[in-house]
Amino acid sequence: MSQGTAAHGSAAAHVHQAPTGFWKKYIFSVDHKVIGIQYWFLALAAVFVGMGLSLYMRLRLAWPSGEFPFFGGAQMTPEMYLALVTMHGTIMVFFVLTTAPQGGFGNYFLPIQIGAADMAFPVLNMLSFWVTFVAFVVMVAAFFVEGGAPIGSWVAYPPLSAIPSAGPGQGMGMNMWIISIAIFCLGALLGALNFIATTLDMRARGMSLMRMPMTCWVWFVTAVLGLLAFGVLLAAGILLLLDRTAGTSFFVPGGLVISEQLIDHKGGSPILWQHLFWFFGHPEVYIAILPGMGATSQILAVFSRKPVYGYRAMVMAMCGIGLLGFLVWGHHMFISGMSPYTSMVFSVLTLSIGVPSAIKTFNWIGTMWGGQIRFHAPMLYAIGFVSLFISGGLSGIFLGQPSLDLYLHDTYFVVAHFHLVMGVAAIFGMFAGTQYWFPKMFGKMMNETISKIHFWITFLGVYAIFMPMHYMGIVGHPRRYAETSGVDFLAPLQPMHVFISYAAMIVIGAQLLFLFNIIWSLAKGTKASDNPWEATTLEWSVPSPPPFDNFGGRVPVVYRGPYEYSRPGEAKDFVMQDEPMK
Amino acid sequence: MAELLTERQPAFATGGGGLPPSISDEINDGGTGLPPGTERRVYHTGMWLALIAISMFFIAFTSAYIVRSGLGDDWQALSLPPLLWLNTLVLLASSATLDATRRALLGGQRVACNRWLMATVILGAAFLFGQYRVWQDLAAAGVFLITNPSSSFFYLLTASHALHLLGGLAALGYISIEALRFRLGPAKRTLVEVTAIYWHFMDGLWIYIMLLLWLWR
Ligand code: HEM
Ligand SMILES: [Cu+2]
Repeated sequence: MSQGTAAHGSAAAHVHQAPTGFWKKYIFSVDHKVIGIQYWFLALAAVFVGMGLSLYMRLRLAWPSGEFPFFGGAQMTPEMYLALVTMHGTIMVFFVLTTAPQGGFGNYFLPIQIGAADMAFPVLNMLSFWVTFVAFVVMVAAFFVEGGAPIGSWVAYPPLSAIPSAGPGQGMGMNMWIISIAIFCLGALLGALNFIATTLDMRARGMSLMRMPMTCWVWFVTAVLGLLAFGVLLAAGILLLLDRTAGTSFFVPGGLVISEQLIDHKGGSPILWQHLFWFFGHPEVYIAILPGMGATSQILAVFSRKPVYGYRAMVMAMCGIGLLGFLVWGHHMFISGMSPYTSMVFSVLTLSIGVPSAIKTFNWIGTMWGGQIRFHAPMLYAIGFVSLFISGGLSGIFLGQPSLDLYLHDTYFVVAHFHLVMGVAAIFGMFAGTQYWFPKMFGKMMNETISKIHFWITFLGVYAIFMPMHYMGIVGHPRRYAETSGVDFLAPLQPMHVFISYAAMIVIGAQLLFLFNIIWSLAKGTKASDNPWEATTLEWSVPSPPPFDNFGGRVPVVYRGPYEYSRPGEAKDFVMQDEPMK
Repeated sequence: MAELLTERQPAFATGGGGLPPSISDEINDGGTGLPPGTERRVYHTGMWLALIAISMFFIAFTSAYIVRSGLGDDWQALSLPPLLWLNTLVLLASSATLDATRRALLGGQRVACNRWLMATVILGAAFLFGQYRVWQDLAAAGVFLITNPSSSFFYLLTASHALHLLGGLAALGYISIEALRFRLGPAKRTLVEVTAIYWHFMDGLWIYIMLLLWLWR
């Protein structure tokens, strides 16, 4: 080493040494590993908040007139229920599904997996995290302002979201929501920029694009989606905020009467918001799920001791999904009164996403096929991901057809669809990633027994929660209603609500096991070796946890693809990416 | 695994798909093992990516503009204040002077470089001041943000552009300070180049906004 210091590939600083002070080291750190862990903990906090809100929603649905703990002895009004729906969805989509898989694992492992010492712009990276953190604080603060949290759901459709007098929470609470999302967009854009630049420019010698682990590919594609989508949401948010505060009429139609008062706007279009929102919103669902697909591909290969089946096809499928993802937003708006011809175009494009999705699914099964499967905890969650993705994806094919969607839109069928495919599958991707990388991040193994118990309760539990919802939706139960016990044709569904709520309580309780497992493993877990899973990618060639500059002053050189498992003629059943050819 | 990682050596090959290291102004790779010029390239990549994101932001406004202008019967065409054309010229001139700055810096003509740089800063500030006057003129004529959807979009687009340009002006301000203190060495060249890309883009964006406001009334 020329300077006797850590080798370093940061573009912002030639040689940056490991900081020593507490603040620089753990709080305002520019080290991608620390930032990754910060994102991960932020998502962990957010997921427990979001889950707590869903618990109250389930309580209200099962026992409409019940009095619930910590609710001040009062009953939950329908407006409060809607506020919970809004905040639950928003926190889960933005601060969990968008934050942990990309900001968390991506930040931690992208540089190591491509053999770099840090992200391309470390300071920007730190900024993206703190910006996201501020967004989260602002979002949660919406609960505590006058009127409470907004009630317009995570899609914030106007005119409800554009008129402060439209409901409690639509005043200050809604402003906070928009501002938080705008801040979040800035953080997401900075992060996306950093990921793309890092992937393009910071790869080690020999790390060609086609030698990148699948995880790096998904982080890259996800970042591209983010870079193109979040600017649109930001723009839409600004328009909405102007409608609310300045009196413009972008989204507010004329002649609107709310609470017997004529609203003094004219000529705007609520549908315009829907277009802008879903132009962002559909790519967003892929931003949430793609990283989970990557982790799953990776883990299935490692624990089947086989290369990823059809690596190139997987990469192409992913890019295909990314591209098509920008052309299908209209399938969320079939009932908005769009022309049937437009519907048909959106429908055909939507259904064609089934092709790359199927390619991925078959290739996951192909990866496992005939492998010597090791059923460790990460593998279980990865298989769970595949299962949930199939179950949830299939219902998408129904919803993608306008004639069916006219009926199913805004029913529990949609709730079932997106929870299985986006909500729970993506969360299983995160569980899988946590189980898989925990040894590397913290130098300790997680407890297998607790993990397996947690897996089985959660896996069976989420099916118990969401499968019945398909049926409720087909029967015609609308979504986003606090109570339907007074509606004749829906009243018989009440026992099903009770069943789902019990299942939800069990699943939510089981997440405490996960939390306990993390805390217990951090304190008492057995020490992890450098490569406990006998995997081939670069992060397993360095100590657990890795040193400050990732490679301890050395510069990795890559000679092989990422999945050299069970190669004939090799001594071991895996060959590291940086092992020279003989 | 230690033996699998080769010791640091001059590494000129790029990571596969990357560009060849054609620029060798970064003599010291700082022990990164990355090819020389990586840092410079990363900043360029980052800037282009930022411009893509900014484009999406304005594309969203554009589509809203087009959709909204076709809705209802409340859209009244806005007559553009003539001062806008003068501002456009000023901004175009600033792009030219910035390019002269960059070329002077490359040629090592320090005095010329500083002079062009000052000219750019002044022209940039003049544009923003001109925009401020445009808004004032409109306000004096009773045209405000909420007067009509067309005026809403006028203020929205011009203000968004001005805000982005202010960022560029801040970067130019920083570069000027460094230049006046004779600290604008080769290492800062990347900064100047990247700022120039941004500035030219803002120029193009302005033309685009003008055409949109002018042709799609
Ligand atoms: C073959 C694949 C898929 C098809 C054909 C499909 C189709 C659809 C359609 C047509 C809707 C609109 C339903 C309605 O609101 O009436 C919908 C909603 C939704 N989908 Fe999918 N989908 C697919 C895969 C996915 C994936 C992979 C994700 C997430 C990673 C996802 C997440 C969502 C979400 C979050 C919603 C609901 C948004 C809301 O209204 O709140 N979908 N899907
Ligand atoms: Cu969609």
